[in-house]
This record gives sequence, C-alpha cells and structure tokens, in this order.
Amino acid sequence: MIDLNLAAALPETFLAVAAMILLLLGVFKGRGATALVLWLSVACLALAFVIVAASMGRQEMALGGFFIADAFGDFMKLLVLAGSAVSLVMALRYIEREDMARFEFSVLILLATVGMMMMISANDMLALYLGLELQSLSLYVVAAFRRDHLRSSEAGLKYFVLGALSSGMLLYGISLVYGFAGTTSFVALAQQFTGGEPAPIGLIVGIVFLAAGLAFKISAVPFHMWTPDVYEGAPTPVTAFFSTAPKVAAVALIVRVMIGPFGDLVAQWQQIIWFISVASMTLGALAAISQTNIKRLMAYSSIGHIGYALIGLAAGTVSGVNGILVYLTIYITMNIGTFAVILCMRQKDVMVERIEDLKGLSKTQPGMAMAMAIFMFSMAGIPPLVGFFGKFYIFLAAIEAGLYVLAVVGVLTSVIGAFYYLRIVKLMYFDDPIEAFDRPIGREMAIILAGSSLVIVLLTVGMAPLLDGTAAAAASLFPG
Amino acid sequence: MTGWPLLSTITFLPLAGALWILFFVRHEDEALAAKNARSMALWASLVTFAVSLFLWFRFDRASADFQFVERADWIPAFNISYHMGVDGISMMFVLLSTLLTPLCVLASWEAVKSRVKEYMIAFLVLETLMVGMFCALDLVVFYIFFEGVLIPMFLIIGIWGGGRRVYAAFKFFLYTLAGSVLMLLAILAMYYDAGTTDIPTLLAHHFPAQMQIWLWLAFFASFAVKVPMWPVHTWLPDAHVEAPTAGSVILAGVLLKMGGYGFLRFSLPMMPEASAFFAPLVFTLSVVAIVYTSLVALAQEDMKKLIAYSSVAHMGFVTIGIFVVNQQGIEGAIFQMLSHGIVSAALFLVVGVIYDRLHTRLIERYDGLVNRMPAYALIFMLFMLASVGLPGTSGFVGEFLVLIGAFQANTWVALLAASGMVLGAAYMLYLYRRVIFGRLTKEDLMAVRDLNWREKVVFAPLVVLVLWMGIYPAPFLDVMSPSVERLIENYETSLASAESPRFADLWSAR
Repeated sequence: MIDLNLAAALPETFLAVAAMILLLLGVFKGRGATALVLWLSVACLALAFVIVAASMGRQEMALGGFFIADAFGDFMKLLVLAGSAVSLVMALRYIEREDMARFEFSVLILLATVGMMMMISANDMLALYLGLELQSLSLYVVAAFRRDHLRSSEAGLKYFVLGALSSGMLLYGISLVYGFAGTTSFVALAQQFTGGEPAPIGLIVGIVFLAAGLAFKISAVPFHMWTPDVYEGAPTPVTAFFSTAPKVAAVALIVRVMIGPFGDLVAQWQQIIWFISVASMTLGALAAISQTNIKRLMAYSSIGHIGYALIGLAAGTVSGVNGILVYLTIYITMNIGTFAVILCMRQKDVMVERIEDLKGLSKTQPGMAMAMAIFMFSMAGIPPLVGFFGKFYIFLAAIEAGLYVLAVVGVLTSVIGAFYYLRIVKLMYFDDPIEAFDRPIGREMAIILAGSSLVIVLLTVGMAPLLDGTAAAAASLFPG
Repeated sequence: MTGWPLLSTITFLPLAGALWILFFVRHEDEALAAKNARSMALWASLVTFAVSLFLWFRFDRASADFQFVERADWIPAFNISYHMGVDGISMMFVLLSTLLTPLCVLASWEAVKSRVKEYMIAFLVLETLMVGMFCALDLVVFYIFFEGVLIPMFLIIGIWGGGRRVYAAFKFFLYTLAGSVLMLLAILAMYYDAGTTDIPTLLAHHFPAQMQIWLWLAFFASFAVKVPMWPVHTWLPDAHVEAPTAGSVILAGVLLKMGGYGFLRFSLPMMPEASAFFAPLVFTLSVVAIVYTSLVALAQEDMKKLIAYSSVAHMGFVTIGIFVVNQQGIEGAIFQMLSHGIVSAALFLVVGVIYDRLHTRLIERYDGLVNRMPAYALIFMLFMLASVGLPGTSGFVGEFLVLIGAFQANTWVALLAASGMVLGAAYMLYLYRRVIFGRLTKEDLMAVRDLNWREKVVFAPLVVLVLWMGIYPAPFLDVMSPSVERLIENYETSLASAESPRFADLWSAR
C-alpha cells in the first residue's frame, strides 16, 4: 500500500496545478496576457511561500517514501520561492522591452520552481532525477528564450548539451548505486551503511559519478565550463534567476544526497568535496580578475561562492550545514541586488554589460552606486555587512571539523576575490562617468534594490532569528 | 549594566550624524549642501567628543577592571553578545579617536571641495568604527569594527586621494585584509576551544601552548600589517602619500594604533607563552624597522612619505615596549602610541597646510617659509621636536619609558632602538631646515599666507596636549597603570605555570 499523503506535498501540488492553469489562461487570452500571467505567477509563488512558511517544522514522508518534507527542505524551499518570485518581478520590464514578452516565460519558471522543490524534497534517487529533469528542461528553454538572438540560442544549446551529459553521469551513478546497494531509497541506503562495514568499491564509483553530476548542476570546478557562457548568453533576467533559485536547489540536493543516504560514508566523499571546494574557490577568484563582462564576472563569482558553500558540506557536520544555509540565504540576497543593478544598466535603450560601463555611477546615480557598493563589499565578505557572516559560519564549521587547510585556502582566496569586487567599487566611485544609465529604473527595481541593500546592512544586527531557523533546518538532516 | 550606555552613545553618535547627512542634507544648490554637510559633521563629531570627555572624568583610576560595561545578547545561538567596556589601556584611544575626528573635519573645511557630503559621511562612519573597535569586549564585535574600518578608508583614499590613489587604496585594502582574515580564523579557533568570544572570559582562559603559537602567528599577521612592522610596512607610505590630509591624520593617528592595541589586548594576555616565545622575533623586526626606516626617511623627497616612514620607526618603539612586558615598557608603549597619534597627526596637518597653498609635497619646492609664515614655523617646530623626542614634549616620555623597559630586558635592543632616536633627530631637523629656513627665493612662495584662524584652532588642542603630556604625564600614566599592572601580573603567572612551547611541537598542534 503506497501512502500518498499529498498534504505533505501541498506547495508543490499547488504550484504544479497553478502552472497548468496559467498555461491555459495564457493560451486563451493570447499575446496580451504576459503581464497578467507574470503577476499571477508571482502571486502563486508568494502563496506557496506562505504555505511552506506556515508548515515549517514538520517532518513527514509522502508519495510512498519518494518525498520528504522536513525543516531543511522547507527552509531551502523558502529561498527558492523567494528567488523565483523576485527574478520574475525583475524580468517583467526586460521581457516587454526586449521583445520576449511571451507568457510561457512565467509558466516555465513556475515549472522549474516545482522541479526545484521536488529536488529539495527528494527522498529517493528516482524522485531526485525526476525533479532535476523537470527543472533542467525548463531552464534549457528559458536560457534560449530570445530564440532569434544568436547568443541566447547558443547559451541554451550549450546548457542543454552539457546538462544532458551531466544528467547522464548522474543517472549512471544512480544505476551503479542501485546495482551495488539494491535500492534507490535514501532511507534504505542510509540504513545499509550504519554498521560501519566498508562500502563496495562499485558503490563508491557510483557516488563519484553522482557527485560529478551534481557538481555540474551547482557549477563547481571542474564542471563549471558552461557557467560563464550560459550566464553571458542568456537574457539577463534569466541569468539572475539561474544564479539564485536553481543554485539553492542544487546545493540543497547535493547536501541532502551526501549527508542523507551516504552520511556514514563521509570519509569516502569528503576528499571529493574538499577538492572541488578548493578548486572552485581558487578558480572563481582568479578567473574573475580578468573579466570585462559583468555577467561573466558574476558567473565566476558564483563559482567561487559555491566553493565556499561546499566547505560546509566538506565539514559534514550540523554546523557545516547550518553554515551552508546561512551562506545561501545571504548569497541569494546579494545576488538579487546585484542583478537588479545589472538589469538597470541600459544606455539609450540598449542593455550594456561591460564592467567599464559602471564608471562614475556614484555621480550619475548615487543611490544605485551605494547599493551596488554594499553588494560588492558584502560579497567580498567585509564586515559589518552580512556577507561576512556567511563566511564566518562556514569557516567556523571548517575549523570545528579540523579542515584547517580548507579554511586557510578559503580566506586567502576571499582576499583575492576582494580585488575584483573592489574593482567595481573603484569604477563606480573613483572614476569619472562617461555616459549615464537610462532613467527611470522603475519602481519595482528601486524597491528590490533598496530592500536587498537594507537586508544586507541590517541583517547583521538581527542575525538571531535567521540562525534559529537555520539551526532547526540543519538539525533536521541529522537524525538522532 | 547600569545607567546611561555611555560607550554606545559615543560609538553610534557619529553614525547617527552620518545617517542624518545621508538622508536629510539635500539641496539644489551644491555649495549650500556641502556647507550643511560640513557643519553637521563638525557638530556631530564635537558632540561626540564632548560626550567622550565623561569617560575621562568618570573613569575610576584605581581599578584595573573594565568600566562603563554594557552587555546585550546578540547571537545567543553562538554565545556572541554585544559587549562593550573600556579599561586603562583602551580608554585613552577612544578619546584620541573622538578628538582627531572633529580636527579632521575642520582641516578638510576648504581642502575638500568635491563630494563633500560623501566625505563627511565617510569620516563619521570611520569614527564609529574606530571607537567601537577600542570599546569592543567581544572578539566578533571587535573584528567587525576592526575590519569595517577598511571600507570608509578605502573610499577616502580612493576618491579624495592624490595621483596614484587607486593603487594606494587597493594596496591598503588588500594588505590589511590579507592579514586580518588569518586573524578571523584564529578567532574561530579560539571560539572553538573556549566556547565563547567574550574577551574578559578569554583573558582568563588558558589555551594549549602549541595552539597559542598558531593563534599568535595569525594575530601577528593582522596586527603587524596594521602597526605596520617591517617588512610589511610598504602599504603605509603609499597610503599616506595618496590619502587626503585628513585621511593621513586618521591613518597615522588612530588606525596604526589598532595594531599595538591588538597586541596588548589579545596577543600578550591570551597567548603569553607564545608571546614570550616570539618576543625575540618582534624585537628584531622592530629594531630593523627603527634603523632601516629612519635611514629611508632621510632620503625622502616627499614630506608625507618622510613622515610616513618616521611613523614606521616610531611604531617600532611601540612594539618593543609591548613585548618587553614590564611596567615601564608597556606604559611607554601606550604613551608612545598616544603621543604618536597626536604628533604624527599634527605633522600631517602641518604638511596639509602648505599643501593646500601650493599643492605640492616635494621638499625641494619649499624654502625659507619662516620669513612669510612665522606662526606656521613655530608650530611646525614644536611638533617636529616632539617627533624627535625632545624632553618637555610628549614624544620624550614615551620613548624614554620604552628605552628604560627595553634596557631591563635586552641591552642590545635598547642600544639599537636608541640609535633610532638619533636618526630621528637627523631626518626631522633636516626636513625642517630645508622647508623652513634658508632664503626665500621661490617665486610662488613670496605671496604665501600664514595660518588662518581655522588652522590655528585645529592646532591649538594638539599643541596643548603635546606640552601637557610632555611636562606632566602623570594623569595619563595613572589611567593606565592599574590595567598594565594586572596585565603583567597575569602574564607572569601564566608563564611561571606553563612550560614554554617548542618548535618541534608545532606540527602536532591540532
């Protein structure tokens, strides 16, 4: 008897149904429905956010053990929903301006969000794969959404080919795990390794493939090659979306897979995570220095940030996961703000993407420059801005777990990384303007900019509630 | 926590002023907005200074405990609290910061013409961070203030600085950041070992000897850059030369003291065995700094660079004084820091005065200024002599005490350090002769005007302090004595009870 318990998956069910209804609505209303569908999608995401927030703290299975709803998942889902909703709001003006105003955009993002929530709550290899593919297929399409633009199509195609390859690796890893362990359920897998007897070598190989596939999804080195190209080529609001919600979901997934079923094999996979963490931090810091396109810069920055988040996973402890949760919360706030600025980078009705275009922003648009400076200093991890606390808890976990080398590499790369964030501040504040950006930027952009910069400044003072939330979420991953 | 939260008031008043300027000082007319921003900043910093004087009068000079303590839960999950308090070591640094900020605002009154509003905001935020850093009694709170200073200083150097300002700003930022991130890891390790970041608790905590070595090195990386000690001093001449006058004043006056304060607050009491172990290293670096940078200063063509190098030499005395760990040495080091904070700040202001008039800092562009600017020559002479360490000025007391302390610990160190005083006299007198004396031949100097009343107001408190501290230093030494005594006492007891760490143990320090 399979226990469906759909109530546990209420937010996902709701969003899936909503996406289909909005699709129908769009089809019947035709071309003029873009804004309506977009705002309705935002409303649905907000409602789903409320549902998840209201049911925080539960721990139950659904869909016959395929699906688990726990505090960890709920926390990650809140981040994903917030990221998706804000990305949609930021996209509105852009898609209307750049001739990609089609209602499918919002529907695809909704579907991707459903996929991400499935990933986060996956409790079985198959559920994991289904969620991942639902998300990925939607993302391939939105990456190529400006289909008559060469760069966008190229980005979509690249993303698709490489994404398919990584899905293949993942699937291969899953089949190896299934072959050697005889089950795909996370619970059953976890039970197999509690005894402490060594895992069969084939299973370890399976985990390696799994890790590689997942590393691709979070764009960790050495599986990061697609990121700069896709970030640069995809329409900017899509890039903003890519760097927030899917990142969170993929990190949630890799954390759940590594800590959940393979938690007792930590000695086996720790060095893999250790390596990709060091490699991502180093490459993210070094490669970003020479970038001239701000979207590519953000791509390398995101690679670096994933490296930091992975330190928490390499620690493999409650405080490590706690650090990841804090880090991701702060990271997507900074990213949303930064991309809001990038979306405002227009001169004479044309989007500009060179870093140089930010020159003298502090004179032409002081408010925006200040917000951007706050984001950049925060990304560099300079206190009192909250980006510092992201790193703080991660490094704390590393020290507690005895990963001294990882911690030292982490802080040193963060100094190197500070250089390119400072370069943006330098362009905005030390140099003279060449040409101002178009105004007005729009009310919703102004609100997003002001809101995210206020959060970054003020969250430092009120960290306690966030930490309570992350602590509960992190604890839920570790039974007993 | 009793009564009015005095320290929080002092810390956050300037921030409130900055926010006020940010949100309420707006005007169509740019000149008027600039004027409002200036006076608002001046009032905010003056009120802050007035409030901070309560510290001086209400401070219990007989007690070695932390006073004016405030405490509030901040991040209970990690046992981190907002904990503030001052003792005899930190109290006067707070006053130094609150004194120098209004002087900086005054000194930039006419010198800074572009983006006045942002400039004043940066200085007020900087003041908040500096004061908060000296008051913090929680490591995390300390670190936030300590590193937060980088942001406004980076902007001050980079926006209002001279020709190579971008290079100097980046160098300053990255050097200091590289040092302090290692300290962050040490802080985390201390938290992991002791379960708290509360400074008074940590002062009583004993860390394992091998761990101390690593912690000490990490803290050293941060503070040595900040002091700065040879060979990581190279950011200082660049930053000083390129920063606007007021930026140099704060940099020399307060920011350099953060390193010395850090040694006194953390390295000595929390890692006594490691401090004893590494003292010879500190002595060597300090002596090299004193002799080498004094020689370098002799060869400088740029006035600000010369004073910057002299700062490195003077701070060498401070680090020697701290690590000889006796009453004279440490009191001398603190006194020297205060004295240097005033004297070097004043010297940068002195350079700023003629820079504002002629827009050059090259020594060869000046001569015979005494003919046109007698008042200026007098004030320059006073601070020059104070920098040399002439008896009767504050510079003498600090260096003399340090040398007495050093002599008890190590004769050679004392001897070499004393040679620095001779070299110091050489480069300062040489500078003074070239700029002030001689015949006035340069065309553009003929019309140069002497100090105006605003500049005299800026110098007046500094002149008074230099003489007061030089002639009657007892009130200042009384403030620090009990705290320093307790520091040394604790240091001796922990050294006596523990075996000293060995290098061979380093690699098993897990």
